[in-house]
Amino acid sequence: MKTLLELRQVSKHYGQETAALSDVSFNVKEGEFVSIIGPSGAGKSTLLRCINRIVDASGGEIFFNDENVLKLDKAQLKRVRRTIGMIFQHYNLVNRLSVIENVLHGRLGYKSTLAGMLGLYSEEEKQQAVKMLNILGLQEHTYRRADQLSGGQKQRVGIARALVQKPKMLLCDEPIASLDPNAAKTIMDYLKTISATMGITVLVNLHQVDVALRYSDRIIGVNKGKVVYDGSPKEMSSSMIHKIYGSEAGELIFDHGGQNAG
Amino acid sequence: MRGDIFARKKMNAFVFLGVLILVTLVAIVMTEYNVAKGFTSIPKAVHWGFSNFYPNGESFRKLPDIMMKLKETVLVSIAATSAGAVFALVFAIFGAHTTRFNAVLGGISRGIATVFRNIDVAAWALILLFSFGQNVMTGYFALFFGSFGYLTRAFIETIDEVSGGSVEALRATGAGYFHIVFQSVIPSSIPQMISWILFMIETNIRQATLVGILTGTGIGFAFNLYYKSMNYHTASLVVVAIVIAILFIEYISNYVRRAIL
Repeated sequence: MKTLLELRQVSKHYGQETAALSDVSFNVKEGEFVSIIGPSGAGKSTLLRCINRIVDASGGEIFFNDENVLKLDKAQLKRVRRTIGMIFQHYNLVNRLSVIENVLHGRLGYKSTLAGMLGLYSEEEKQQAVKMLNILGLQEHTYRRADQLSGGQKQRVGIARALVQKPKMLLCDEPIASLDPNAAKTIMDYLKTISATMGITVLVNLHQVDVALRYSDRIIGVNKGKVVYDGSPKEMSSSMIHKIYGSEAGELIFDHGGQNAG
Repeated sequence: MRGDIFARKKMNAFVFLGVLILVTLVAIVMTEYNVAKGFTSIPKAVHWGFSNFYPNGESFRKLPDIMMKLKETVLVSIAATSAGAVFALVFAIFGAHTTRFNAVLGGISRGIATVFRNIDVAAWALILLFSFGQNVMTGYFALFFGSFGYLTRAFIETIDEVSGGSVEALRATGAGYFHIVFQSVIPSSIPQMISWILFMIETNIRQATLVGILTGTGIGFAFNLYYKSMNYHTASLVVVAIVIAILFIEYISNYVRRAIL
């Protein structure tokens, strides 16, 4: 399998002293499902945002599909961004617009300034948006306003918006952190299916260790801006989890309830 | 440690109260204000109001004239507010954190709005009297400048508050600046912006009355005219007309607000 994403010694500083990321290096192959776990404030969100340059990295190199992301000019960056879908903890939809309009926002990267401003989408794009809504089981909500949906439904709209971009990769920033367990499972199942059937690479930040162990092909553990683990979920040991979270044995809920997941 | 915090808070409250009383006393002494006389004159004022300041049959003969002036004032207020809102929208997009091009341009845009906002409408009217004289245009521009400054500030806060998340999401899809403004920022913030504009129209009708006294136009001028010629009955009719107009506008804007939210 070809390497789709490569990070080399990526670092990010805020101001002079606080380092959010230091010397982060890893590869992601095409079609892989990779989870990033680590404590709050470890730099997981910053890491994802550096990849599509919502946040500009301070140093290092990021190669996506053989292009050095950090060297791109504005127009090239837009072209790369539209091949990377992004999914957010708080869904980040335009609440007052309808579901279908929110999904079509995924096409904006392909539109001219005027057509995008006025929201003029082609018949083909609309068909594609409807198709994505069908795949995600939202067909009866197509014309409802986004703020009338439940959290799980909103997140599925977020996924549909990312998918109409025809992305090579999805970056998911805590996609299930605000959802109840049922909705969380639905979302994770959709992500897994999408990755498997469409061959889309998925990179997902997670708080739930058991979810990461169950769904991922590979797990990257981050602590204090550094990669401390990069391997398969099978090799993940209980002591390694404690190392990632900087905790002592017996301190995590995981120790009592989640053992069988590993 | 805990006791310290509470003791300090109590101390702060006492100091604040002490300073407040001191300032009040100094002000009373400096202005030679007689507290007792001030309060005892209230009943007298009320009595005068009830015996002189009410519309009578004769004052209603002036009603058509009053209504025409009132219409002029209301229309000028609405025109000034809507024109101010258009400019405010542009400046707010430049000034808001989520949509500004860069920090310098954002700062300039906020700065201009601050200057316009911090000069009161009445002050604007006095300044503009030099350029336009006693004319409707003076009132119009005074209200326009005031609304522009105020609405820019309100719109900036609306934009920053409402559209943070979806702006980030659209940037991530590769959407351009204008795509983001028109597809995310404006749709998200339009209800709140309309609400602000309606509020501004109400405020401006009130302000326009005062500005009219200064510029010699509209309903404010009518009031001033009747009042100074000691035609108190007609002057009171003007006040009643203004109050009814404001209540009516408030009713309409509440209705619109409910409809758009």
